Amino acid sequence: MSTASISPGRQTLWRMMRNPSVIIGGALVLAVVLMGLLAPLLGARDPADISPKDRNKAPGYETTVRDSSGQKVPVVYRLGSDTLGRDVYSRIIYGARISLIVGVSVAAISIVIGMAIGVLAGYVRWLDGIIMRVMDGLMAIPAILLAIAVVSLFSAGLTSVIIAIVVPEVPRVVRLVRSIVLSIREEPYVEAAITAGTRTPVLLVRHILPNTIAPLIVQGTFIVASAIIVEAILSFLGIGIPPEIPTWGNIMAEGRSVFQLYPHNIFYPGLVLALTVLAVNMLGDGLRDTLDPRFAKRL
Amino acid sequence: MLSYLFRRLLATIPVMLLVAVFVFMLLRLTPGDPAAIIAGDYASDAQIAEIRGKLGLDKPLAVQFMVWIGNMFQGDFGESFFYKKQVGELIAARLEPTLSLSLLTIFLTVCIAVPMGTLAAYRQGSWLDRGIMGFSVLGFSLPVFVIGYMLIYLFSIELGWLPVQGYQRIGDGLWGWLSRLILPSLALSVVFVAFIARMTRTSVLEVLGEDYIRTARAKGQTETRVLMRHALRNAAVPIVTVIGLSFAILIGGVVVTESVFNLPGLGLLTVEAVLARDFPTIQAVILLFSFIYVLINLAIDVSYTLLDPRIRY
Repeated sequence: MSTASISPGRQTLWRMMRNPSVIIGGALVLAVVLMGLLAPLLGARDPADISPKDRNKAPGYETTVRDSSGQKVPVVYRLGSDTLGRDVYSRIIYGARISLIVGVSVAAISIVIGMAIGVLAGYVRWLDGIIMRVMDGLMAIPAILLAIAVVSLFSAGLTSVIIAIVVPEVPRVVRLVRSIVLSIREEPYVEAAITAGTRTPVLLVRHILPNTIAPLIVQGTFIVASAIIVEAILSFLGIGIPPEIPTWGNIMAEGRSVFQLYPHNIFYPGLVLALTVLAVNMLGDGLRDTLDPRFAKRL
Repeated sequence: MLSYLFRRLLATIPVMLLVAVFVFMLLRLTPGDPAAIIAGDYASDAQIAEIRGKLGLDKPLAVQFMVWIGNMFQGDFGESFFYKKQVGELIAARLEPTLSLSLLTIFLTVCIAVPMGTLAAYRQGSWLDRGIMGFSVLGFSLPVFVIGYMLIYLFSIELGWLPVQGYQRIGDGLWGWLSRLILPSLALSVVFVAFIARMTRTSVLEVLGEDYIRTARAKGQTETRVLMRHALRNAAVPIVTVIGLSFAILIGGVVVTESVFNLPGLGLLTVEAVLARDFPTIQAVILLFSFIYVLINLAIDVSYTLLDPRIRY
């Protein structure tokens, strides 16, 4: 097939679809997304269901429960139970939802905010110095510490965790967008557009912002991965999402006290967490190599 | 050189000042009255008013900030709400475990990552290279607490070789200290090994294509010497840069690792302080960590001149 006849966009898409990292990472990410979406169909029970007599059971433990009509129904704890007798398998399956919600919303919010500030810094000369110094200051605080600090301000919850992870990510997006805007505005076609009397909003939307899309998709993917890890860390430390909500970090936090006797409560969620982050990172690596070859060369 | 150092030191002042402003604003941004938060849920109005006066919360913000900064320069970080002790004392007592863990982690990382990356570059495209790069992607995705628990399970519970958790001061015996730090620093180093091995590989690969490498080989020098003296030395600047950048991740990792291994260091103090909403301690720890981070990056910038005589300021 001749590639000369198809558009550059199509070509990129073609290359992307054939990149092994994109295929493997993408398939795994899709599997996690489906896992979260289809949780009730995957044999997951109510993840909050407490059963005092079935605490700390090993994976594969079988028992019976009475359903609403008084009938005895067999129940399997595929991955064992936690200290409150909740089904770890169900909690892991439902935990995928929280991880994905946090990952995707952190990436989306920090990109939107970062893009707005980055364009402002790159385009409005007198604002540049001020904005970048503020960003330098924010970046001087190690990301997890900044997230911990922000979380300590609010009561624990999904929103506060998302905000806490967004704050340290924003300066990184700002830097990226600003550097792209700065290099693009020197391009002859942008100067030509300015000379032709294109108004600033049109110039931004039509000529400058399209150049930020590919790097931002790549950056966004990596933000998803790091946000999933940071959420798990915060929950694991007991300062993230409230413990009754099933998240991978919370399941591990729950399993800490009895780890020496029942390691499965740490291992299974840890394994799923690691696999998910690995998948997202692989997807990001593949996207970077195909969408943003200039950046790929630098690293 | 000296004037460069001086200029760089001056340049860190605005950054640190900004960090100080952020950290200061933390407590002021909390919804509600900081004095009421400090006093706790069961305080009377009089107690709240007393705290407000003691902290100077009735004065304008700018004045409060100046007082706060001024106190810190005199080594007064305020009193912890939770421990009812001077924050400075608290931090001093927690410094040793954190320093031990960080230094051992960096030592392990450099010892493992640099040879790994160099080897991968030297055998580019081989299975060894692919294996090392695969490990690097994996290492980047494994959260430190998962690795930590895996190591505890394997070496402490199953094999019984090392203590499970806890810390022993270095003054109470070298082995007791080291044996409790091996697993935490190993767990913490995985992500850096991944990061730095990758960077080393890229950097060495670039250098290996240079003419002087060919010359060195043509002179009949051994491959080890070519790699060590000619390649690695010239590849050092980007590697050191990455080591500097990864200090931010190191500091974050310290917080998690100390929790997993129950090391009573600054990271554990941070978590305890957040759980207790102990704002003076949170502020001091964040300020301290950021300050160290900025200084380390300064030191790295300056070290370029030592690594590469071509760089002059």
